[in-house]
Amino acid sequence: MASSFSRILSSRRNVGLLSLVGGSVAAGFLLRRERVTAGEPLRRRYPASADYPDLRKHNNCMASNLTPAIYAKLCDKTTPNGFTLDQAIQTGVDNPGHPFIKTVGMVAGDEESYEVFADLLDPVIKERHNGYDPRNMRHPTDLDASKIHSGVFDERYVLSSRVRTGRSIRGLSLPPACTRAERREVERVVVDALAGLKGDLAGRYYSLTQMTDKEQQQLIDDHFLFDKPVSPLLTCAGMARDWPDARGIWHNNEKTFLIWVNEEDHTRVISMEKGGNMKRVFERFCKGLKEVERLIQERGWEFMWNERLGYILTCPSNLGTGLRAGVHVKLPLLSKDPRFSKILDNLRLQKRGTGGVDTAAVGGVFDISNLDRLGQSEVQLVQTVVDGVNYLIECEKRLERGQDIKVPPPLKQFK
Amino acid sequence: MPFGNTHNKFKMNYSAEQEYPDLSQHNNHMAKVLTLELYSKLRDKETPSGFTLDDVIQTGVDNPGHPFIMTVGCVAGDEETYDVFKDLMDPVIEDRHGGYKPSDKHKTDLNAENLQGGDDLDPNYVLSSRVRTGRSIRGFCLPPHCSRGERRAIEQLSIEALDSLEGDLKGKYYALKNMTEEEQQQLIDDHFLFDKPVSPLLLASGMARDWPDARGIWHNDNKTFLVWVNEEDHLRVISMQKGGNMREVFTRFCTGLTKIEDLFKNRGHEFMWNEHLGYVLTCPSNLGTGLRAGVHVKLPNLSKHEKFGDILKRLRLQKRGTGGVDTAAVGGVFDISNADRLGFSEVELVQMVVDGVNLLVNMEKRLEGGEDIEDMMPEQK
Repeated sequence: MASSFSRILSSRRNVGLLSLVGGSVAAGFLLRRERVTAGEPLRRRYPASADYPDLRKHNNCMASNLTPAIYAKLCDKTTPNGFTLDQAIQTGVDNPGHPFIKTVGMVAGDEESYEVFADLLDPVIKERHNGYDPRNMRHPTDLDASKIHSGVFDERYVLSSRVRTGRSIRGLSLPPACTRAERREVERVVVDALAGLKGDLAGRYYSLTQMTDKEQQQLIDDHFLFDKPVSPLLTCAGMARDWPDARGIWHNNEKTFLIWVNEEDHTRVISMEKGGNMKRVFERFCKGLKEVERLIQERGWEFMWNERLGYILTCPSNLGTGLRAGVHVKLPLLSKDPRFSKILDNLRLQKRGTGGVDTAAVGGVFDISNLDRLGQSEVQLVQTVVDGVNYLIECEKRLERGQDIKVPPPLKQFK
Repeated sequence: MPFGNTHNKFKMNYSAEQEYPDLSQHNNHMAKVLTLELYSKLRDKETPSGFTLDDVIQTGVDNPGHPFIMTVGCVAGDEETYDVFKDLMDPVIEDRHGGYKPSDKHKTDLNAENLQGGDDLDPNYVLSSRVRTGRSIRGFCLPPHCSRGERRAIEQLSIEALDSLEGDLKGKYYALKNMTEEEQQQLIDDHFLFDKPVSPLLLASGMARDWPDARGIWHNDNKTFLVWVNEEDHLRVISMQKGGNMREVFTRFCTGLTKIEDLFKNRGHEFMWNEHLGYVLTCPSNLGTGLRAGVHVKLPNLSKHEKFGDILKRLRLQKRGTGGVDTAAVGGVFDISNADRLGFSEVELVQMVVDGVNLLVNMEKRLEGGEDIEDMMPEQK
């Protein structure tokens, strides 16, 4: 068991040391894939061809990239913890997808999944993240919130600001694969660390199994409480097993910093406030994340991270920064303009309804957030949202005055 | 395989206490029987196909149950599950099947001639009659655990066998994934089509994986004999018709089942069966006969009688709504069927239904006439 909990060479601390020592040679070394020993090969009763899934009606990234050859090569491999290809792709087999919305269709069961099943995950990542190639590109991490400029929005338009991401604890399996003991260990490690937060970050943990009715109602009223997943995309991946064991919510006393434990990822970290001060929201986000990281490191743990993929999370769509920075913003005129979608596209933004993903906008109020996750840093993505939302507000104001608006040129993707 | 870490050896790095599920809110047979000691004893075991204790109990951990309805809370992934995990399964079976002991023997009797009467349930009250059971093909894993290749092999074998049926059993197979819209609508109208399971009891055990791959429905041209392939069990076999001639329904049931079994045997396969558990199926509640013989019967007066529940209990019958398990009765019409599955033969169970329903209908007629039914109260069977 010790090997699972020990630091792996690709941790950031060691990256820093090696860069100092070896410059470009070290960088080259680190870009080469870590050599992960796979677990024992899986015994199969049937040949790969008999077990190959029927994906003819499917529209997801896994189905677009899986081939009988890749399946045959990977189907008897396991990660050191025993996670298999069939488990990784089950959600994509069970959920054919939608003609308009392309889901990812696979998950990781642990950090090593991204290595052992790289022949499938690399092309899936490349497709999902607009051409980011994990084999030869590096992901920048930057949590220095002081770099954000113009990050306070006009509050006549922006009702609330929010930044979220996820973090995984290195050495423990991810939600699709974790055992009950592992999941409880994640909870223990995280809750232990969070108890060390002070000042405006000091707060409290509410375990889902032990919550009182009153506490539950308060958390619902605060829009903090998460439910047992009902989406088949998640349940088919096995993330809801043993619910609600070892699940819970932590938040600070001011209700501006919130952590979900053992939902779709080990942790989901959320910073939010009413109003338009995105800069402050992001400052708290970065400060909180760094504090939590320091606290778990003191106890001998670290987050899953590497230079190829940034922060490692369950769903390949959340790799890199795992960051979604967004606002609820009133754009009643702009949203009716036929150029709205194109403007969002070029600004690398996406719109959602005010209930989150897959909901409708109410009263001209939209949830606007960054499209990208991987290949750009946190600072870059938040600045993109800041610049983009400022632009949208300008457009709305111009339309109010009867003036015309312009579609901005498309932003470059990987800077 | 259901989800989660089925690599059992890895879990051995944690202690039993660390892995033991929290069953404090639970009310199902598995949760009543499982203890930390039992968990410790069984957790390093696997069936030859790799099914583990956590695989067996996952559905019971994920579904705490209901204060009034006691679900089973565990499933088998293959035939050997009932042996490798007998220390858990035997007490669950005993509790679920009225005290059936590990040393008891189960009688199988599919000779419809042994049924007495049953051809004249009053059609003014009995709207339809139906008998169902399940069968598993020996040597293959069960729905919670089978791979896609295995499931497809089961489908293929079943199609070959069913295609050889003749006479009034001659019919056609409709694969779920190849069905046309028209065929689908017809099957819905006939009340034949089964849907992807939505019950969390089934989903949590992994039975719905890869839907609708290798699932389908076979029925005879007369629409009185129907087989579901790869839903909750390898095969579910159903005989049904309108009206009250349960005898005819049961006769066709027995003939069809016996023919299907012969066809499988000719191809070198047999059904999972043993002297102690009878026919082996995915859910322990369906062991033995796996048989549910039932009618849709109009009992608007009797169903409001205060002793209705008690009468059913004494007759060893259970009521459901007309949509099947967990549905409501509509217009005073109930689904009445045998409560038992194991420890009685098929003939005995159908006899209980026939005799019981006759009594219920007579009671209904009495109540219609404004008289009471005190002198008709049955003994506990």
